[in-house]
Amino acid sequence: MTISSIAQHLPALLIAVPLLTAFLTPLIGGVNRTLRMLWVALGISATSAIGLALAWKVFTTGTVLYVFGAAAVGQVLPMDSGGIPIRIIFEVDAFSALMIVIASISAFAITMYSLVSESECSGQDGFYALLFLLVVGIMGMVATGDLFNFFVFLEISSLAGAALVAYRVDKGVAVEAGLKYALLSTLGALCVLIAIGLLFAQYNALNLATLASRLQFTTLDKIALALLIVPLAMKCGAVPMHFWTPDTYATAPSSITALLVVSSQASLYGLFRVLFSLYGHLVQFNYATFGWFVIILGVLSMFVGVTMAIPQKDVKRLMAYHAVSQTGYMLLGVGVGLAVLGNRSALNAYGLTAMAGGIFHIINHAMYKGLLFLTAGAIFYRTGTRNLNKLGGLGHTMPWTMVFFMIGALAIAGIPPFNGFASKLMIYESVFRFSPFLSIVAMVVSILTLASFVKVFHSIFMGPRREEFAAAREVPAAMIFGMALLAVVVMLFGLFPQTFIDGMITPAVTALVDRGAYISAILGGH
Amino acid sequence: MDVAWTMHTGFGSWNPALWLAALLIALVVALAIRALGRKDYRKNSAQTKPFISGNEEPAHGGGHIPASNLYWGFLESMKAYYERLVPLHTGMLGDYLVWFLGVLAAVLVIGLVI
Repeated sequence: MTISSIAQHLPALLIAVPLLTAFLTPLIGGVNRTLRMLWVALGISATSAIGLALAWKVFTTGTVLYVFGAAAVGQVLPMDSGGIPIRIIFEVDAFSALMIVIASISAFAITMYSLVSESECSGQDGFYALLFLLVVGIMGMVATGDLFNFFVFLEISSLAGAALVAYRVDKGVAVEAGLKYALLSTLGALCVLIAIGLLFAQYNALNLATLASRLQFTTLDKIALALLIVPLAMKCGAVPMHFWTPDTYATAPSSITALLVVSSQASLYGLFRVLFSLYGHLVQFNYATFGWFVIILGVLSMFVGVTMAIPQKDVKRLMAYHAVSQTGYMLLGVGVGLAVLGNRSALNAYGLTAMAGGIFHIINHAMYKGLLFLTAGAIFYRTGTRNLNKLGGLGHTMPWTMVFFMIGALAIAGIPPFNGFASKLMIYESVFRFSPFLSIVAMVVSILTLASFVKVFHSIFMGPRREEFAAAREVPAAMIFGMALLAVVVMLFGLFPQTFIDGMITPAVTALVDRGAYISAILGGH
Repeated sequence: MDVAWTMHTGFGSWNPALWLAALLIALVVALAIRALGRKDYRKNSAQTKPFISGNEEPAHGGGHIPASNLYWGFLESMKAYYERLVPLHTGMLGDYLVWFLGVLAAVLVIGLVI
């Protein structure tokens, strides 16, 4: 296989490589433990490299289409299909590419970290098989241009995620959390499937672009819209459907929690894709109403998330509530863009900046929240507890973990010059033009976030050495490497924000807003 | 300053390099002020012991304030809010389903009415 051939088939390899790694891991693990570690490291390196290469291709040359099973990968409309793209098509535009970058970086750092953090646990063959299936689900959700295919990948990510949450049993607590996640995800996916059925019954198509070009906003379309956006909002942890988040994030292995954050963001991607690419720009679509729906979800998530985080005593539960809170910023920024989508002057004046801030926050959040969950995992790895009342004095013995925690904590609190500040600044300034009150709420939430993480920092790292943790020492190099990678990305995005905004964020916003381009990439200007 | 460092928000700009330079200058000033301090400071003497209103310093390990004691005032002042919010987080799967279906019903109604 030549380089050009590989480059041509990158979208297929993005799914095939982790899928192959997942199913071969138990076989290779049966041979030798070291061989399994090498296989897993190789699999995730290849997957991430493919993801980054595909994203690079999209950012430099434009939207990439890939038709599965066609004579040529670009043969979207077969001669005898009646103008309907009948095959599964991956449509990777700049917004999809951004999500692939997030998944590639996070999955690589998390898997390298897991190779050590899970090394003493049993059942590693299944663990890594499920981890790679979760990666398949995430990559598929953000790359596909087919609504039914999106449902399939949503199910893969949900089931693999639920199994991983429950994997360590933890006297039944983890199993209960996994069950909650599985049941809610299944119910949500059922709603999505019904919505797909409603759309297919009317328009005889499953391809997103084809559906977008044919939607009439009938009563059934409205029902389908509700059945799509509410489950996806629930899956991304929006208040008041966030209750599963702390239960699930707190009990899953920390590396898996970090990947579940990315999985939730894939659902957020789906939510935005439905609102903008599928329904956006329809004459009958009420931008203000649905924009405010997203904004209200965002504000509730920001405020309820952060205020619920402050009294928590379990460090991962606390971080889970902050994940809810940070999702609120993304919903707020993109919601403002949606609310003014029909008003070109407002969209240009501040709507696009609000969307850019919200979308920039997606990648920033994935990096610093992933980092924070990995530091929580490092603490648990050495101390065996997540209870903030029992922890203390670890700054003496775990300096690297402390530094990485500080970077993550300052970034999530929006302290300059870390990446969280850059995206939050864009949100504050643009949302202020839309509604000063919402902007002030966002700033207050940032202050409360800082207060919450000051508490965590004090509780875990400050104070004299404690006798019960006398044997605690810094975590192994592979775990430090995983955390360091994410910390470096956090700092790079914070120090050179405009470079990343120009290269990735603005194209992603344009791709999301330009529904016509999304449709014409498939239908060629129909 | 190099354009790569400057972020334009559409309403102003932000330059992390300037921020870092300001931090560096502040650090230099702080070190300069520190250098002006007294030179007769003696390590491992009574000068280094904390003064806690004449009380003995607690033994190490007992001096760490646990997380639950932090922000007591904030939580107390927000008691009415937390008394309503926390009980909603029951941990019961049935309640989670009710919230999900409730939001779904509300959005369906809003979507069909508009």
